[in-house]
Amino acid sequence: MGCLSPNAGMPGGQHFVRFLFAWGGIALISLQSIIGLVILVLTVGMIIIFSSFKRLQAPGYLRPIPAFQQLRRALGLAVENGKRLHVTLGNASIINNNNTSALAGLSTLERVAQMSMISDRPPLATSGDGTLAILSQDTLRAAYRTGNALEQYDPDQGRLGGITPFSYIAGTLPVIHNKEISSHILVGNFGPEVAFLSEAANQEEAFCLAASDSLPAQAVLFASAQEPLIGEELYAIPAYLQAGPAHQASIRAQDVLRWILVAALLGGAILEIIGGILGIKLI
Amino acid sequence: MRAPLATAVAIAIGLVVLVGYFVPGLAMIRSAILGVGVILVGVATLVGVLNLIAVHWRKVRSTTNRDFYSPFLILAFIITLVAGFVMGGPSNPGFQRVITAIQVPVETSLMAILSFSLAYASLRLLQRRKGFMSITFVISAVVFLIIGSGFLPDSQSIPLIGSVVSFLNQLPMAGSRGILFGVALGGLTTGLRILIGADRPYSG
Repeated sequence: MGCLSPNAGMPGGQHFVRFLFAWGGIALISLQSIIGLVILVLTVGMIIIFSSFKRLQAPGYLRPIPAFQQLRRALGLAVENGKRLHVTLGNASIINNNNTSALAGLSTLERVAQMSMISDRPPLATSGDGTLAILSQDTLRAAYRTGNALEQYDPDQGRLGGITPFSYIAGTLPVIHNKEISSHILVGNFGPEVAFLSEAANQEEAFCLAASDSLPAQAVLFASAQEPLIGEELYAIPAYLQAGPAHQASIRAQDVLRWILVAALLGGAILEIIGGILGIKLI
Repeated sequence: MRAPLATAVAIAIGLVVLVGYFVPGLAMIRSAILGVGVILVGVATLVGVLNLIAVHWRKVRSTTNRDFYSPFLILAFIITLVAGFVMGGPSNPGFQRVITAIQVPVETSLMAILSFSLAYASLRLLQRRKGFMSITFVISAVVFLIIGSGFLPDSQSIPLIGSVVSFLNQLPMAGSRGILFGVALGGLTTGLRILIGADRPYSG
């Protein structure tokens, strides 16, 4: 549906509304945009409201996912054994549409850095994009500053693997084969070539939790990674690592939105069937 | 509050860009901000590459943590950089031909290795993770490999098999849509968390 365009036959009321919006330098908003804005406002409202409910932030409130239990165990073991953790953030640029998985990866990195602060081997972050490399350095710095351990921060902990998909994988493989690293967390936008990383982790018998927003990467990771996450489970990693009330609230908001989506899909299908029986177009 | 100024700037810029998607009147401001963003991404890539070279240079000079591949990386970087300057930049057809002649065979070889690696991983999946999902994954992979390989070329014309193949072809689409809905909702809440300042992937 496009924007309402100015025309001579426009009713007076619409002229008035158009004038009001145009006065602020804003053209008329299409119905699709209004629906989008309503969903955004609804989601923000839910995140804020759910964040204020203490009951929803209890550790046992989220459904148990074995991969996250394994991750917490691997984090604990790494700290105990004096081993390093590795988080790789994929190769989505920050200005791409598919960068939200990398943003979830940055939240994960921050939480992992906080949880392993007592270890003398800080975590290592690799990425396939310059902006992500800088953000990973900044995220680590923020984590150490918050934990009053800024002296532990080293900019080399957040590094660029390569700027093309294969060079990124090639640059990250030596990190996977590093004997000082016991756990790898692969979170971000990858292509099918990510299987090289998960296979290398298997060869080193290291723990590997892998999640991507890309369907081909999810398919290869399901076959090759030790603990693969499917679909929106990627965005739940910070919440399961107790990153903060907003993360838990996001999970609740996603659940509500999913039910709304299911209801809309079912409603649409039912209306389509009824319309087909009656011979009229209902939607 | 951590980095109040950076948070305020990030929220303000984020809101303008977001609202610009819905309100056509703000599209120009959104484009201008995104234009600045693209320039910053270019600079960040340069910084990232310099960081990469610095890390490998330190590895070359290190006595304890020396990496066998680091000198090759630095050498390849210098050769590419010099060739780029000498041949007139990355848009030069000769330079592109040289780079493509090296990059494409290497990446194609890696893809070939990947296919073997994945076939092996699929076989090992049943050993490593016994369960209903693993069995379903392997069976579906085999079924769709057969359907997609053109092994049944005239299957659509056979009455019963045609319907079954047509139904099977719909399944991946339905499944992928379900996964993508979840990913989209997760992406939405992640983005909004940053927009309201609840999540800050920057230190300020």
